[in-house]
Amino acid sequence: MLTAAELSAVRADFPLLARTVRDGRPLVYLDTAATSQKPQCVLDAEQDFYERRNAAVHRGAHALAEEATEAYEAARAAVAGFVGVAPGELVWTKNATEAINLVAYAFSNATAGRGGDAARRFRLGPGDEVVVTEAEHHANLVPWQELCARTGATLRWLGLTDEGRLDLGTLDVIGERTRVVALTHASNVTGAISPVAEVVAAAHAVGALVVLDACQSVPHLPVDLHALDVDFAAFSGHKMLGPTGVGALYGRRELLEAMPPVLTGGSMVEVVTMTETTYAPPPQRFEAGTQMVAQTVGLRAAVEYLGELGMDAVAAHEAALAQRLLDGVAQVPGVRVLGPSTAEDRLATVAFAVDGVHPHDVGQLLDDAGVAVRVGHHCAQPLHRRLGVAASARASAGVYTSEADVDAFVEALGRVRTFFGAGAR
Amino acid sequence: MSMEQLYQQLILDHARERHGHGLRGDASGPGAGESFQVNPTCGDEVRLRVRLSDDGTRVADVSWEGVGCSISQASTSVLSDVVTGAGVEDVESFAAAFDDLMHSRGAALDPATEERLGDAAAFAGVSKYPARVKCALLGWMALRDALIKASKGE
Repeated sequence: MLTAAELSAVRADFPLLARTVRDGRPLVYLDTAATSQKPQCVLDAEQDFYERRNAAVHRGAHALAEEATEAYEAARAAVAGFVGVAPGELVWTKNATEAINLVAYAFSNATAGRGGDAARRFRLGPGDEVVVTEAEHHANLVPWQELCARTGATLRWLGLTDEGRLDLGTLDVIGERTRVVALTHASNVTGAISPVAEVVAAAHAVGALVVLDACQSVPHLPVDLHALDVDFAAFSGHKMLGPTGVGALYGRRELLEAMPPVLTGGSMVEVVTMTETTYAPPPQRFEAGTQMVAQTVGLRAAVEYLGELGMDAVAAHEAALAQRLLDGVAQVPGVRVLGPSTAEDRLATVAFAVDGVHPHDVGQLLDDAGVAVRVGHHCAQPLHRRLGVAASARASAGVYTSEADVDAFVEALGRVRTFFGAGAR
Repeated sequence: MSMEQLYQQLILDHARERHGHGLRGDASGPGAGESFQVNPTCGDEVRLRVRLSDDGTRVADVSWEGVGCSISQASTSVLSDVVTGAGVEDVESFAAAFDDLMHSRGAALDPATEERLGDAAAFAGVSKYPARVKCALLGWMALRDALIKASKGE
């Protein structure tokens, strides 16, 4: 838990939080699930890299190239350590979407025979099954749809309860034919934290690989990917106080070693002739072309910032905010929470529907009060369909969110139905 | 700008009453056309049908179905009022004027345009919110597409 003084110090670290919006209203930023704001140390780290150490990495032998490469690899070690894995198991990607696509296309390439015998376990074909869940962000659904379309494998999914939690009663979808199980650690809409251990046990019992979308968990909870025993995991820097343009793929070392490359070109090779190429070991094998070095340095600063606060303290702070959000929304007539109604095993991400008012109109009224929430389907159309709505509004908190932010949101939400005359309909 | 200026009473009323709502007539055939448009950012949808007069110069009927925010619903409702019975050429120039209004970023309307747009001028405030412009234009996009199909007489 953060004390009032600690929270106040945290907020002072985020320059953007001091600004006003829409005719001078103080900003109430409740869209952290979409992207987080950045502390000064992250901005400084990127700037410092460009001012003093900028050079291409893993090529060249001059002093700057050495320093830049060292910064790049030190960032990898820091971020890997933050999620409990070894540096050699962490591949830099542009974002989590790219990380998940990397795995899916590695399966494709293996299916086409690339990677030889070592990559045989990634070959898919008719009769094989890929299992996802109805809660997935499109980034952890569409790549698997496409992979199945390319390979002839069949896509199946685990269902949800009416509260948006994974329905463990549907776990028997995972069976002998299952080769991959892809699921989110925590929903970007309902905030529900998935029962990862149960799914991993079911998947591993049939020899399937587990791909975890950890975008929403890593910024908000202590996460140890080895302890979770997943085979792959993806997360994005920009949701965890870091820059845009950098994300990461975790892969168990023996899997990364067996996986054929996806993007090919410079700096991911060993020997290139006019007819064939041998590839560098992971993680370099999956990092073709000039990399986002300054952004990795920024992300290192972000995980060090979170590490100093302590992820247990961050999680406790946000658990209290989740309770306050749920209590506040429950007081507003005509508002339905889309997701678990209690704060257990859930993030401070609360999607809701306002009876008689479209989410876009809800968001507009809140915006007029300086409150930034997300409106729309949040890249999760099947989940919204499952919960019986086309779209929703979503308030999501982060480490810098205060109780006053939540209260300002709830107060503004209380005016929405009156403004649109929805109560009288 | 205040929310009352953005959500003028005319908009709130049209969002409730939704003139022309409920599909009628044929989706295709001589003088008939239908278009389905979505706003991918929020999932708003509109399906709109037109029927042209026998000589193809006028819009004899417009009907639509859709789900969406008050701006998209009201805009399509006003569209239904404006377009029904109007000449096809007038409809096209009106649609162009409304498009200009939506891309004006809140600039004041000249009196002639304001008079020409009539009730549709109430959407002027939407142009100050770029994320909402698509909402106001959704029905009009469907109309233009449906008119092209109807005039081809497929």
